Amino acid sequence: MAVTTVVLAGVGGQGTILAADVLAKVAAAAGLDVKLSEVHGMAQRGGSVDTTVRFGEQVHSPIVDPGMADHLVAFELIEAARCLRFVRPGGRLLVNTRIIDPLPVLIGDTERPEGLEGALETEGAVFLDAEQLACQAGSPKSANIVLLGALSTGLEFDRGQWESVIEERVPAATVEVNLRAFELGRQACIEGECMR
Amino acid sequence: MAAILLSGNEAIARGAWEAGVAVGVAYPGTPSTETLQNLVLMEDVIAEWAPNEKVALEVAAGVSMGGRRALVTMKHVGMNVAADPLFTLAYTGVSGGLVVLVADDPGMHSSQNEQDSRNWGPFARVPVLEPSDSAEALAFTKLAFELSERFDIPVIVRSVTRISHSKGLVEVGERIEAEPKPYEKDAAKWVMMPAMARKRRLDLDERMRALTEWAESDEGPDTVHEGSTELGVVVSGVAYQYVREALPEASVYKVALGFPLAAERIKRFAASVDRIAVVEEADTYLAKSLLAMGIPVEETSLPADGELSPGKVSSAFGMGEPETRAGIEGLPPRPPLMCPGCPHRGAFYALRKARATVTGDIGCYTLAALQPLAAMDSCVCMGAGIGMAHGMALAGASTEKKPVVGVIGDSTFAHSGVTGLMHMAYNAGVGTIAILDNRITAMTGHQGNPVTGRTLSGRQNRELDLEALCAAMGIEHVTVVDPHDLAETERVVKEEVARDELSVIIMRAPCALLLKEREAVYAVNDEACTACGACIRLGCPAISSVEGGKAFIDVTLCVGCAQCVQVCRFDAIEPAGPACDIGGV
Ligand SMILES: Cc1ncc(C[n+]2csc(CCOP(=O)(O)OP(=O)(O)O)c2C)c(N)n1
Repeated sequence: MAVTTVVLAGVGGQGTILAADVLAKVAAAAGLDVKLSEVHGMAQRGGSVDTTVRFGEQVHSPIVDPGMADHLVAFELIEAARCLRFVRPGGRLLVNTRIIDPLPVLIGDTERPEGLEGALETEGAVFLDAEQLACQAGSPKSANIVLLGALSTGLEFDRGQWESVIEERVPAATVEVNLRAFELGRQACIEGECMR
Repeated sequence: MAAILLSGNEAIARGAWEAGVAVGVAYPGTPSTETLQNLVLMEDVIAEWAPNEKVALEVAAGVSMGGRRALVTMKHVGMNVAADPLFTLAYTGVSGGLVVLVADDPGMHSSQNEQDSRNWGPFARVPVLEPSDSAEALAFTKLAFELSERFDIPVIVRSVTRISHSKGLVEVGERIEAEPKPYEKDAAKWVMMPAMARKRRLDLDERMRALTEWAESDEGPDTVHEGSTELGVVVSGVAYQYVREALPEASVYKVALGFPLAAERIKRFAASVDRIAVVEEADTYLAKSLLAMGIPVEETSLPADGELSPGKVSSAFGMGEPETRAGIEGLPPRPPLMCPGCPHRGAFYALRKARATVTGDIGCYTLAALQPLAAMDSCVCMGAGIGMAHGMALAGASTEKKPVVGVIGDSTFAHSGVTGLMHMAYNAGVGTIAILDNRITAMTGHQGNPVTGRTLSGRQNRELDLEALCAAMGIEHVTVVDPHDLAETERVVKEEVARDELSVIIMRAPCALLLKEREAVYAVNDEACTACGACIRLGCPAISSVEGGKAFIDVTLCVGCAQCVQVCRFDAIEPAGPACDIGGV
């Protein structure tokens, strides 16, 4: 079996690392070899945070080069655009419609880039408003799990496997909210509500 | 036991625990920090933060001399600080196993330079083990303890960001209780004065010879992946994974023991293939060693700096490049930034107002070098801010109009700022030092330090009294100020830099991330805002410039530090109404 590569891209504080961890544990529970690579440090202070999860029969490298990822889960629009080059032509682009202005935009040094959604759509991106679905699930903080729910429709793991890893990995008080968030993300994709 | 997903750092902590380690000691530093944070959670282990890496290694040396196993961890630059004891500990050797994790950061994700720690091997004559994934991180840490005791030598485990911060599946085992070795006085081994050191120097060569013999034997840890005989690659650490991925056909010699190298085994491998190449990042350590063995290593076009990747390896070997998308141009960068409510922002606001040249240091406050504050002039290594402020003054570069101020964080001050300040006090230096005491080691993820008194195991012990410490050095002018109070901080800075003496300003306010309760947050009164941009220039992520340059405060990000309120000359920033539904989208 070939190796599958998922890149999760977002901004410090968005919960990308937890989402990547859940994905990696689901793959491991399915009996696959897994590697996950993350970079923290300076990135924690509101910088870009990219995490790579790779799984298959045998995984060597924890990181990939541009053109090598099969899925991009972008938690934010500018990061989606930045990480687009990692995804192979024909790969899946799942993009949260949220935009978080980086400092140069906040202080008026640069303009917020325009037309990102359009440009990403041309590349085949599928959009979803994860924060809105997360609020519907009960907490805006579960947006990362909404995105995993959406991602799950393109991967071959059982729903039960996802649910048991989520239960084990999120704080006990938030299990229900997160399971609802997962389901809402999933439904959004299955029912085609992921806006094209 | 089933395999579990562990980061390299978690695996090293687990490996040390399984090896029966008694004590772990470290100073934090990315990407090594989580190792001790994991070790402290395990049973029957004492884990401590040290004020710096040299102290950490010395504590571990004592544990070893006392007959128990010890682990020390640090980032690559930490070894520069700990090098002094390291070199001599190679002479003394150990009693209980002594293992040093050094985590390099090629590509400088969170570091001020790149260093290849494999070089400490031949330099200090200590063995270096190089895991290539989490499973090996665990196995090699256990092996390191065995080798340390068997060959009477401290052992380095060298990691890199992509090992320490990558996760992989690891089979974990049980703890073996390492028997404590009773301490026996042995001056010839432990007192390294010339007459004894000369003997130990010869003994060290003997120990290295024995270790090399072991490495060359079937027991040695290096392995060979047999592929085609057309191309053979010699590689170590994470680069092994890149090679296996990029060159699946090639024969690969994986160096597990980076020093001393098993030269005969490498030569036999080289002789078994038509062409031989080396793949390594950060330095040409292996290539130089192989050339010295007389092996005709092929030149490659691999980059000399930064990290490698499977793609860089495949293109260097002419394996082609993957098809890529065009990408989207013109995206704004997303640099890391000071959090909303960060007390450092107030400190640098005042320093900028005083037109100070700031010789800085390393910590969250280094971000003040970036726009819009742009208020730091140098950052070299931990502690340098103080020595350099004194040096600038000696050079005559500190003037009334542009005074030099040395700036340093609390953790960094305890790490290596104290000695710099002592130098200034001793040499009757003139100048101002600002200690940014945010009550934590924030940059590396909020570790306690001697100034906070909070230990790695969560105990609240003595707090280092900075005022008393300065007074004990004989420094007369020591002022404490709350950097959130901009006018007062500005006044104090101006007053202190005007003195013809040494002065210390302790700018004290806890890191914004430590505050459990948020103050009342603020909002901009649109009518009163004149779009002057003063609050925007604070560079707070909660404040943005909207239509017409007017300011807008994101109440979900504001923590109510009120710095912006103080810089607004139009009273346009007011307490926000009753807390809005933050979650409501
Ligand atoms: C020799 C060395 N050890 C460790 C580090 C990693 N490091 C960089 S800054 C820092 C501590 C910063 O703490 P502090 O001075 O209190 O400033 P803060 O981040 O809290 O503002 C550490 C541990 C380093 N750069 N060099």
